[in-house]
Amino acid sequence: MRVRAQVAMVMNLDKCIGCHTCSVTCKQVWTNRPGTEYVWFNNVETKPGLGYPRRYEDQERWKGGWTLDRRGKLKLKAGGRGWKLLNVFWNPDLPTIDDYYEPWTYDYDTLISAPLSERDPVARPFSQLTGEPMTVRGGPNWDDNLAGAPEHAHADPLLRGIEDRVRMEYEQAFMFFLPRICEHCLNPSCVASCPSGAMYKRDEDGIVLVDQDRCRGWRFCVSGCPYKKVYFNHRTGKAEKCTLCYPRIEAGQPTICSETCVGRIRYLGLVLYDADRVEAAASVPDERDLLEAQMGVFLDPSDPEVQAQARRDGIPEDWLQAALRSPVYTLAVRYRLALPLHPEYRTLPMVWYVPPLSPVVNALETDGYEADPDDVFPAIDALRIPVEYLANLLSAGDADVIRAVLRRLAAMRAYMRKREVLGEVDESLPASVGLGAADLETMYRLLAIAKYDDRYVIPKAHAELGRRLMEQQGACGLDFAGGPGNCGAVEPRTGNEGFMLTALEHGGGLPADAAPPRVHDDLLRPLLDGRLAPEAGG
Amino acid sequence: MDKRSPILEAHQFFRRGPVSAEGWSQLVGRGRDWESFYRDRWRHDRVVRSTHGVNCTGSCSWNVYVKDGLITWESQAVDYPSTGPDMPEYEPRGCPRGASFSWYTYSPLRVRYPYVRGSLLELFRRALAEHGDPVDAWASIVEDPELSARYKSQRGRGGFVRASWPEVVRLVASAHVYTIKRYGPDRVAGFTPIPAMSMASYASGTRFLSLVGGVILSFYDWYSDLPPASPQTFGDQTDVPESGDWWNAGYLIVWGTNLPTTRTPDAHFMAEARYRGQKVVVVSPDYAEHTKFADHWLPARPGTDGALATAMGHVILKEFWVDRRVDYFAEYAARFTDLPLLVTLRARDGGAHVPDRFLRASDLGSREEHAEWKTVALDERTGVPFVPNGAAGHRWQGEEGAWNLKLEGASPLLTLHAEGCDVAEVDLPRFDAEGVLRRGVPVRRVGAQLVTTVLDLLLAQYGVSRPGLPGEWPAGYDDPQPYTPAWQEPITGVDRHLAVRVAREFARNAELTKGRSMIAMGAGTNHWFHSDTIYRSFLALVLLCGCEGRNGGGWAHYVGQEKVRPLSGWQTVAFALDWVRPPRHQSGTPWFYLATDQWRYEGVRPEDLAWPGGRGLFRGRHVADLNALGARLGWLPAHPAFDRNPLDLADEAGRAGLDPAEHVVRELRAGRLGFACEDPDAPQNVPRVLTVWRANVLGSSGKGHEYFLKHLLGTPEPGVRATELPEGSRPRDVAWRDPAPEGKLDLLTTIDFRMTSNALFSDVVLPAATWYEKVDLSSTDLHPFVHTFSAAIPPPWETKSDWDAFRLIAAEFSRLAERHLGVRRDVVAAPLAHDSPDELAQPFGEVRDWRAGECEPVPGRTMPKLVVVERDYPAVAAKHGALGPLVEELGIVTKGASWMPLEELRELAAANGVVRGGPADGRPSLERVEHACEAILALSGTTNGRLAVEGFRSLERRAGVPLADLAGTRAGERITLHDAQVQPRTVITSPEWSGIEAHGRRYAPFTINVERAKPWHTLTGRQQLYLDHAWMLELGEGLPVFRPPLAYTRIYGDQGSGDGSRPELTLSFVTPHSKWSIHSEYQDNLHMLTLFRGGAMLWLSREDAETLGIRDNDWVELYNRNGVVDCRAAVTHRVPKGVCMMYHAKDRHLNTPRTELLGNRGGTDNSLTRITMKPTHLVGGYAQLSFGFNYYGPIGSQRDEVTVVRKRSQELEF
Repeated sequence: MRVRAQVAMVMNLDKCIGCHTCSVTCKQVWTNRPGTEYVWFNNVETKPGLGYPRRYEDQERWKGGWTLDRRGKLKLKAGGRGWKLLNVFWNPDLPTIDDYYEPWTYDYDTLISAPLSERDPVARPFSQLTGEPMTVRGGPNWDDNLAGAPEHAHADPLLRGIEDRVRMEYEQAFMFFLPRICEHCLNPSCVASCPSGAMYKRDEDGIVLVDQDRCRGWRFCVSGCPYKKVYFNHRTGKAEKCTLCYPRIEAGQPTICSETCVGRIRYLGLVLYDADRVEAAASVPDERDLLEAQMGVFLDPSDPEVQAQARRDGIPEDWLQAALRSPVYTLAVRYRLALPLHPEYRTLPMVWYVPPLSPVVNALETDGYEADPDDVFPAIDALRIPVEYLANLLSAGDADVIRAVLRRLAAMRAYMRKREVLGEVDESLPASVGLGAADLETMYRLLAIAKYDDRYVIPKAHAELGRRLMEQQGACGLDFAGGPGNCGAVEPRTGNEGFMLTALEHGGGLPADAAPPRVHDDLLRPLLDGRLAPEAGG
Repeated sequence: MDKRSPILEAHQFFRRGPVSAEGWSQLVGRGRDWESFYRDRWRHDRVVRSTHGVNCTGSCSWNVYVKDGLITWESQAVDYPSTGPDMPEYEPRGCPRGASFSWYTYSPLRVRYPYVRGSLLELFRRALAEHGDPVDAWASIVEDPELSARYKSQRGRGGFVRASWPEVVRLVASAHVYTIKRYGPDRVAGFTPIPAMSMASYASGTRFLSLVGGVILSFYDWYSDLPPASPQTFGDQTDVPESGDWWNAGYLIVWGTNLPTTRTPDAHFMAEARYRGQKVVVVSPDYAEHTKFADHWLPARPGTDGALATAMGHVILKEFWVDRRVDYFAEYAARFTDLPLLVTLRARDGGAHVPDRFLRASDLGSREEHAEWKTVALDERTGVPFVPNGAAGHRWQGEEGAWNLKLEGASPLLTLHAEGCDVAEVDLPRFDAEGVLRRGVPVRRVGAQLVTTVLDLLLAQYGVSRPGLPGEWPAGYDDPQPYTPAWQEPITGVDRHLAVRVAREFARNAELTKGRSMIAMGAGTNHWFHSDTIYRSFLALVLLCGCEGRNGGGWAHYVGQEKVRPLSGWQTVAFALDWVRPPRHQSGTPWFYLATDQWRYEGVRPEDLAWPGGRGLFRGRHVADLNALGARLGWLPAHPAFDRNPLDLADEAGRAGLDPAEHVVRELRAGRLGFACEDPDAPQNVPRVLTVWRANVLGSSGKGHEYFLKHLLGTPEPGVRATELPEGSRPRDVAWRDPAPEGKLDLLTTIDFRMTSNALFSDVVLPAATWYEKVDLSSTDLHPFVHTFSAAIPPPWETKSDWDAFRLIAAEFSRLAERHLGVRRDVVAAPLAHDSPDELAQPFGEVRDWRAGECEPVPGRTMPKLVVVERDYPAVAAKHGALGPLVEELGIVTKGASWMPLEELRELAAANGVVRGGPADGRPSLERVEHACEAILALSGTTNGRLAVEGFRSLERRAGVPLADLAGTRAGERITLHDAQVQPRTVITSPEWSGIEAHGRRYAPFTINVERAKPWHTLTGRQQLYLDHAWMLELGEGLPVFRPPLAYTRIYGDQGSGDGSRPELTLSFVTPHSKWSIHSEYQDNLHMLTLFRGGAMLWLSREDAETLGIRDNDWVELYNRNGVVDCRAAVTHRVPKGVCMMYHAKDRHLNTPRTELLGNRGGTDNSLTRITMKPTHLVGGYAQLSFGFNYYGPIGSQRDEVTVVRKRSQELEF
């Protein structure tokens, strides 16, 4: 057993209002600059829909994530080192700008500066990439609220297997929202895809990062990530991705997307896991066993053996305390309300989701004249969102897993309604979902009352473990030539000073003598050229 | 950053470290110095609390980050005062729109300098050089038809040039001085909405206008956000639960308000309350964000909600009132509603009766004071009529202490129905089909009158039968007669079984929880011409179930950020009540209706709105005729008031040695003086100067947009397709002039920080500070806090806060006034005011027109009050910058509660400093906006516990019930500007509002009324389902009824292109609030544009799109008689066939091509709309149906509109 701590997230899709505040605050803080116009570390998708980039979930097309080879060993779906070498200058799995969207702006200043004209001036769109006038044909949220769904939604990869049952018709309408950030996977295929070794998963908190000094812009991380959450900055020629707001996390603050989530759907907390079990868990043959396998990697923070080993592995005491209070552990492991996004990608993602309830299908509710007004909630099986659809998203197609979660949510609502409206405590309700009344009340407090300090249990980074503190205290913030840098941007240290990095390189990597791609003056070329390649067209 | 050898780097990239035991990963020891990259990005210098001053119920507290002197980004504050341990907190509050705000700060859309259209500036400079005096210079331009046409015809067409603040201010001030002098102060107007969204910024200009006698336009009714059902039922503008109270509801129907989209910061309370066992039902035509949270979705067709609600009322009345008596409901109704009150029946041809007016104490022969304003019930035990306390007559009588809802041992009888009771047949209205409903009600004869109760009438109207009553009654739920579940099914499209189930559950939940059933409602059900009947049918549900005045229950209407929590202090500052009273408040809708000449195209005839049981009161009258009648009866304000300068009227009176009011009456009687609204197109009667700040009338709220362009502004290319009324259809009393004037306004000024349509079409644009660059106050009805704007950076470039901009204008105005105006007297025609004894002016709701000889013209009784005030024009700036003496001379009165803030005056003088010298010598300073904020907070009960207690004491005397203890626990608290800058502060329970908020209790309206027996501010003192004004009865709206949307296709005929080459469809045109903007704000923000499709979209059903050959993202054209709009299509299956939706406030300044049909620039969503006014909204002088600013008045509804849609050429011309 090798105990590691991971800062993980749960999003309760049942509470998501689809407002995109998370996207905007993230964008303003992190990617509001030239080179990252089209980059959304956090985005929100309407389901059913195609997502951003379009149809990213179709791994037959994009070859992201892992698969098993004939011997049952993990391999990158896009192929190994040899394959990469062959394709180093043209990667067929790379989305083009049109799969994302061509970012645009408007000639706003014409509104103020227009000379006297025939009629009122109007600002028109132009491309932020080429500077040319353009027609807006795509965006990061193009199919918001089922826009265009009758024409496009049939191509939603999540409809796999239920195409004939789900029709885009008014009477059947359903939708929900899926906010997405980097999954900060336990088995990140992006890291393994990087030929430069520029990506790594931080040892202390599991955050996956692209080293901006080391990245050479190969972009195999972009294609290797099945969630398409690594992006290419066309100005710097380097990859960038969600950093889980580590400057905030290190200070014990939630990520920007979490703190600004007005639906209050996000939870951040530690999960302890056994690093030695990751590979085996990611390698179970049947996709439907991946959820249980990943559960098996997590460690019970209240287990004294786990605690002892964690201390031996250098995890600070307050982190162990935080792990005990972790809302993520409670929701995902203890009450099994949250599920991993596409476990079948075998990356062991660490952002999990509570699936949404939905209105009942009207056609199934015509007994109103006889309805008992004291029994108000419809049955789970009559809900509009097909459980198979959710299963394709969150449980590798296993609908029973989804049903179990929805039943637990429904039991909590029914139990609370009896208590609050009828003044009765019905012990049979928690029992029906294998829980006790106290469990339902704990769930209720965490999901409904959801105080700030209960949503976010984030231990602060222990700077003393990695730094020469006396020296830095006096020099903190200075960043002049020859100066000591920003509280730690000091000369490269030799040896291991506590920052042990875990780089996952399975089948990735290039020979040391391979030359990095030339960085063009115009770094847009790769993005724009890609769109011309017929195979890569969206 | 350290520099490393690239060669060494390359080597390091491919170096392998020690491989892990399993051989699948490796540990790499290396520095992570590069991580400073994102840490540096995150670092910032300063965090400042501010908010967004946009008409939105959010009013969220935000942290604004400043780095290297730049505003970088914002995130929500999470430090609201706690709601307690057992419920969710108010954190975070915010939305994507607010989160994108800082984009504006440095964007190319930002107005950085003052601008004037080149032609006007050139004319002004030349005239100034010629005349020397700016006022004379202005006169020489606007009185010259050729010169004025030159710049007016260029409005909107670009050609702005930069000018200096002093020069532009001189131009603006000259226009004001000249117009006041030549035409009168009531020809000068200002439009700024929603004070709660930035109270001092609102007040900056309205204080100036109040001092000069200018007209302040209302917005709440103009926006159609005002639900007239609220004043009608509650006698209150709008009072609703804070969002936290949704948490307390056991059953929530969300009906016409898409909470996640329009109440984004608070939607979580709804999502979370479901986990507490709340059931959520959504009624909406489209499957939208809120539908996602519903247990049931009732897909009612647009505008048919009243049919569903009345059918639900039918179920509740039958199951919870007739088949079974629920004691809680009955006792609530008997005490807090008008259901037990007696209504007289008027005989009608054919042996039947029609419901008439409430029986009064005067009908019983009582001679006590105001007996005709006291309503009557029967005592259940004795069967004898008695007069319950609490009516309007008790409120305003000399003897205090009887204005309460105590029953003093009596018990009002709810129904006269009993075995062997007398019965009478009544005719009742129906609007879903021709004819009337004839049904029996139990009756009693009281004196000369045949009477029944409101409940008995309601049961008859709703078709709920009882034994022994004659008439035609539905046999059961499946009998399709009004208002059964089967009847509503073909109208609404909602399954009858579902309607029954939801009604039953709603009522049962209320029964079990004592009223914790709630209906959240909004624009989707409120923006209709018959908004009031829709809402009254909703309110019937909550009143029948005892939900109002209960935490977790009742109506929850959210449209507009209408709640200024520190109301009294704000009113004092905003309307300069400290110097002069009354201000010229004006209902926005009739003002715009006349000013933009929309009345000249009116197709809705008031008489067609009446029901067969009416008396023909509207026969042959045009909407504008009724407006003129209302104006001369003192019902609602009508500025400009007379066809003469009110300053001149005072002078004339002075010369004749007469009191100006007497002079006015004499002139009116003689026919020498007329009302301006009786000849609205006469040159001396049109508004001349309009200043718009904190608003975008043309790009957002300007219903009848193309009529604005044509008549108010005179632009060369308006898109109006309609023709004016032919002779024979024109008004009877209102003068018709040909040709219709174009370009009425001499000066349109916009103060804004971004270039909107309103700015584009203005003559002058002044650069405003943004919400991150100034100090102000904010509150809303959705949360119980008052909080602040603060300046994260100083106003950049030449921008100024509204306060400072108006200080400059006032200073220049005062300087120019020395020579041109001096000290004058002004005759202000003020309507009969609600919450004052005026509301007893016109008894029994009968309409008597002095012009027709039906009564004498008596100011303040049968016509407007005529108040003479002094205008010291050179002193305007000095008064603007100081708190005047009327505060201590007259005190402060709000909704009948009063206080005398002497202590506060001393404190303000100390805190703000006092003015030295000049007309305001020694008065507390209001020179800086911080001073204004402190005054607002100091003079209000919600932010000053001492005044709350004093106000409650004044009400205690009037009502005779204990109240002061409600604020007593916080009597010593004062919330200052600094307090609110540190943290949002929870307001104090105050008589300014009707809810109790103490000890962590959530605000719910009318809890004071229910728990302390304080009456509502209505005729009966109770919540009224029945309205007995003659015009209400004329429309058949005495009770809640279902009225379908106006049938514009029938009224105006086909409005298509007349070109048969391409398919076109006429669709219901629905304009919901946008997901990507707050009205027009943010819709031009690049982040918001990126997050959807880069501009305005028309949501079309897949069926209609197929018929029209439209594919997703195709360009389409929309047109009707009012104008033409071009945009792209979003084809979707979440919208039903026959309905198209465009998010409202589509401005026209982004990616808007020329239209195919007319070749003009495609318009805004309001290019397709045109307002009309509902006669009953004009009523005044009658208890709760009396004028209050933004309280009662005609609404500018737009949602009944239809549009023709077709695919347009995909080749665009701009």
